[in-house]
Amino acid sequence: MIPAQGSGMRSASLGVIPDIALSFTTEHSLEMFRRMCVSRYFDLGLVESVKDRRVTYPVYLSLGQESVAAAISTVVPGHMVFTQHRCHATYLSFGGRPEKLRDELLGLPTGTSGGRAGSNCIQCHEGRVTMFGHHGLIGENVPQAVGAALGSGRPVVCFFGDGAAEEDYVFAAMGFAATHKLPVFFVCEDNNLSILTPIEKRRSWSITDVVRALGIPAVDITDDPWTIAHHAREQANSLPAFLNIYVCRKNWHVGVGSDGPPEWDRFALVKERLRERGLAERSGSLEDETRQAMEKLWAP
Amino acid sequence: MGSVTVADTIRETTRDHLERNDGLLLGQSVTAVGWVNGTVPDCRNIIELPMTDVAGAGIAVGAALVGRRPIFVIRFQDFLVLNGSPLIYFAAKTKALHGKSAPVFVRAIASDGLGPVHSGVLHGIFMHFPGFRVCSPMTPWEYRRIWEDFMSHDDPMIVSEHRASFPNTEELEDRVAGDAVITIYPVSATRFEAVKAADVLAAEGIRCNVVHVLWLKPLVIDERMAGPLCRSGSGLVVDAGHETAGASQAIAYALTRATGIPVAAMGLADETKCLCPPLQNRIPDAGRIAGAVREMLRCASPEGLAHG
Ligand SMILES: Cc1ncc(C[n+]2csc(CCOP(=O)(O)OP(=O)(O)O)c2C)c(N)n1
Ligand SMILES: [Mg+2]
Repeated sequence: MIPAQGSGMRSASLGVIPDIALSFTTEHSLEMFRRMCVSRYFDLGLVESVKDRRVTYPVYLSLGQESVAAAISTVVPGHMVFTQHRCHATYLSFGGRPEKLRDELLGLPTGTSGGRAGSNCIQCHEGRVTMFGHHGLIGENVPQAVGAALGSGRPVVCFFGDGAAEEDYVFAAMGFAATHKLPVFFVCEDNNLSILTPIEKRRSWSITDVVRALGIPAVDITDDPWTIAHHAREQANSLPAFLNIYVCRKNWHVGVGSDGPPEWDRFALVKERLRERGLAERSGSLEDETRQAMEKLWAP
Repeated sequence: MGSVTVADTIRETTRDHLERNDGLLLGQSVTAVGWVNGTVPDCRNIIELPMTDVAGAGIAVGAALVGRRPIFVIRFQDFLVLNGSPLIYFAAKTKALHGKSAPVFVRAIASDGLGPVHSGVLHGIFMHFPGFRVCSPMTPWEYRRIWEDFMSHDDPMIVSEHRASFPNTEELEDRVAGDAVITIYPVSATRFEAVKAADVLAAEGIRCNVVHVLWLKPLVIDERMAGPLCRSGSGLVVDAGHETAGASQAIAYALTRATGIPVAAMGLADETKCLCPPLQNRIPDAGRIAGAVREMLRCASPEGLAHG
């Protein structure tokens, strides 16, 4: 069962800056929402395909966590990307083609890694997107992101989970980034769960405190996309930096099952915000278009 | 006889890479106290890693992903158990999975007689995993050769160095004789000992071939490797690592499969290496290698003893 109350400060409103959405253009707001829709309806189509046994390999769904990549990808589109295992939203938001992801999940040669790698190991090296695939060793991407920044001097964004944050090599790598002032944007998608064990059973400390102690600016916020994008904008020019973002995983760690409703539904909250801004109609048609495109993508 | 040592060769090859190729060298405490036995040059592009063995290897892999062909220095091979995960699970797999390579040059330095976790030789573990090239150069020419190999491929490479080779200026040529009764395949620092053992045995009238093993993976059983074995009729692989499930057994098996001739394996006993004699469990020396050869020949044929 997903615990009703997560660790410490977890909430749907933590750090949300009132009216911050107003500092974003309508187009920016809608683009973040569109990316959320792409991830969401891609994964919803995948759920059906798993139930129909058309996809038989393990899948790691981004459902519930879409806003993180959707927001950050609009702010740092040119950064090299190092993903974690739960990476569908990352891939799609940064501009990966949905059909190649689908084909990877089906094990086809037209997939992102020729069907050899699968859901938790998605890469993209097309156009301006440079996204390296994870291999399954949780947190491994963090030292690699740091090494890539060291080796290239180029900015990097690195996503990982609250479980990965506990790996010794993860904060050791962040310490190295602090020492060498490397341009790495560390983003923790904190769903409070490592498989199904909540943080309070695993540790007494906060990763945000640890990262701050390493000398890296670090904040805890909830997954409101405008708030995320705001912090990303603030931090993007003074890397390294760290965002710990509270999210709610909607489904199982691996697979399409669910243990009941999540603590909050960010997708619904974002739609509500857009409606308040008078964007109900435009966001509604964006959602419809995306849903239809994804239904077509997954059509048997 | 040249005057350039293996240590000089490593240092100057590295300098060239760092200065001219904009390569990168990463390691812990590499720029002090002898600069890793004189093998690290004083030049740009050297990164002192903090004591983060797992993250350090991951950082090297990240640098490899963006094309820097990093040299990752491991002062004692034993630490590879910590350094291993990013190398094994990422660097060695990324080409097969994603078609993207992560060529890291891993300088895994071995020693002997320095106690339980500073005397290990772990190259056998890395032969086990797909995706690596694994070698153990002991001479200046071999070092230059394996460096060229690294630069002309895109695989991560485990270079099993041994401190005993650092002062060496000599090349080690194969010794092959028509009347040899056994072929010895030594690996790493046992190569210096195998040559001495062959001299001792020759003086007793036992002629041995010595076929040096530089490449552990890919292990190519070509005419140079198999021919002397077929003609001599028996073989012995000698390694500086543990014998059980180690490089010596793996190579012996491959030779046997390729030729049909039984080949024995000799490495370290299945015991912890302690600091002081007699429990150091050191690498096979000339005396032990010669003893093993005598014993093999005695068991193989009763008349074999007559040679002794
Ligand atoms: C090094 C390593 N340890 C353990 C595991 C098993 N494992 C896979 S995912 C996972 C939980 C990861 O949690 P988190 O990083 O928070 O990501 P989430 O799945 O919650 O998105 C664990 C323990 C692993 N794959 N790799
Ligand atoms: Mg988690």
